[in-house]
Amino acid sequence: MSHDLPNDTGRRRFLGLAAGAGALAAAGLPGQSNAQVATKAKIVILGAGAAGTTLANRLVQRLDGAQITVVDGSKQHWYQPGFSLIAAGLKPQDYSVSRTDEWLPAGVTLKPENAAAIDPEARTVDLQSGETLSYDYLVVATGLVLDHDAIDGFSLDMVGENGIGALYAGPDYAARTWKAASKFIDEGGDGLFTRPATEMKCAGAPLKHTFLLDDLARKAGTRDKSHFTYAAPQQSLFGVPIVAEKVRMLFDQRKIGTGMQETLKSIEPGAKRAVFDTADGTVERAYDYIHVIPPQRAPEAVRQSGLSWADKWVDQGWVEVDKHSLRHRRYPEVFAVGDVAGVPKGKTAASVKWQVPVVEEHLVAQIAGDTTDASYNGYTSCPMITQVGRAMLIEFDYNNDLVPSFPGIIAPLQELWISWLMKEVALKPTYNAMLRGKA
Amino acid sequence: MKDLTFETLIAVFEEMFGRGLFWTMVVAAVVITLAYIYVLIRDRAVSWRKFLWAQLSMPLGAIAAVLFVQKVTRSGFADIGGPIDVIVLLGVAVAGAVGLAVLVYTAESLIWPKSETED
Repeated sequence: MSHDLPNDTGRRRFLGLAAGAGALAAAGLPGQSNAQVATKAKIVILGAGAAGTTLANRLVQRLDGAQITVVDGSKQHWYQPGFSLIAAGLKPQDYSVSRTDEWLPAGVTLKPENAAAIDPEARTVDLQSGETLSYDYLVVATGLVLDHDAIDGFSLDMVGENGIGALYAGPDYAARTWKAASKFIDEGGDGLFTRPATEMKCAGAPLKHTFLLDDLARKAGTRDKSHFTYAAPQQSLFGVPIVAEKVRMLFDQRKIGTGMQETLKSIEPGAKRAVFDTADGTVERAYDYIHVIPPQRAPEAVRQSGLSWADKWVDQGWVEVDKHSLRHRRYPEVFAVGDVAGVPKGKTAASVKWQVPVVEEHLVAQIAGDTTDASYNGYTSCPMITQVGRAMLIEFDYNNDLVPSFPGIIAPLQELWISWLMKEVALKPTYNAMLRGKA
Repeated sequence: MKDLTFETLIAVFEEMFGRGLFWTMVVAAVVITLAYIYVLIRDRAVSWRKFLWAQLSMPLGAIAAVLFVQKVTRSGFADIGGPIDVIVLLGVAVAGAVGLAVLVYTAESLIWPKSETED
């Protein structure tokens, strides 16, 4: 700027203001947090998903000299909260896809393969290549596997055709789900929305998919041609009773029927019929669109390792950890975090955000010969989309208590635009910041 | 939110826009604000003629900001669901209005440093 300044006093004042602003900016810069703990510990993290990646990024900041190895065979990292949006045509397939290695910090070794076996007695992990890793500390963050074979007559190659959707299977399948779903929206018919009997990741997603397709059909003017049924093995529509009631009311308003205590057993893609197990035998339902969510379990290597609960979730194999410390109940040098952890709630990215700092504190304290009272309270969060443009920001804990982040400002059981804005604009950046260990 | 610190917010905003774009926008906002303060100090008075144009631009800034937010988030006025949504909507509108007014006033002052009809 070459404009003449009125006089020197004006210039000095201006520069003084600029300097003040600079000082403010400098004061606001993030500083270094905790001092590092020096260690030679060998830490193996199984899985580079949301939990494993976040933990790796946080541990390298806390530990000096630790040998951290991350084991994950997938080249792609998936932003799974985006799947519901992809499957409703609101985001492209690549919205959820990035590279696994781009999120991992320097100083961490990535083994680009999966674990074949875990021996918690010998403290070793066998990789698929035959290599054996020994560890001082093990963090199981493998995520879960989708047991599509458990649904008779269904296979993943059917997704996208003949009215079959399955958005959990990945970004590509979410996109193919939208192909089938958009046809259903255009043409109408019977829509069946299912849920498995097992524990599952993001238990809100089956409801979101139902709400989104209902809304899109309304906006397309075709809702009168279709009939929506939500069929689930559970007794209620959501695990938290106060939320279940709210969802029931919304389903009534939107004319979405329910078939509770119905477990999808098989489909006949040719005849477009689905068979459900109920307490009184089987029930058949015809469909023009069906959304399949298969049973979900821990990966085979985890289930065979002896780390799973022996008396709970026996068909699913979640890791036997204390629900507050996430430390294994029999092997104190083993932790589980994320979907694979055997805790009553929380197979979501929001749970990961709350769980990882707890595991980090316990692990670092243990290495330093110290203890910590860091505790995970079961917090999880579900931005329950009820239409394109509105959501309910539902947050709860182990007690089924609502634990709103913005009490008195953002009502958890109100369908709000601001909650949609958060999901649409802020959630993925927050997730990415979390992966980098910064949120 | 857990640990909603200044650092977390910066990290989230960097991810939202990309680090380069975010800091470019921050610098742009700081530069415009500083330029605004600069012209106020330089002129030692508010030019009411310029301020009138700035005021007239405010509704435009408000409407543009609201439509922009709705466009990028695939939402509309029908999605307003509660009091907080109205507050957010008004906040977006006020931010757009004030932002454009400051920009217009500053630009006028820099382009026409001394208005012939003033003083």
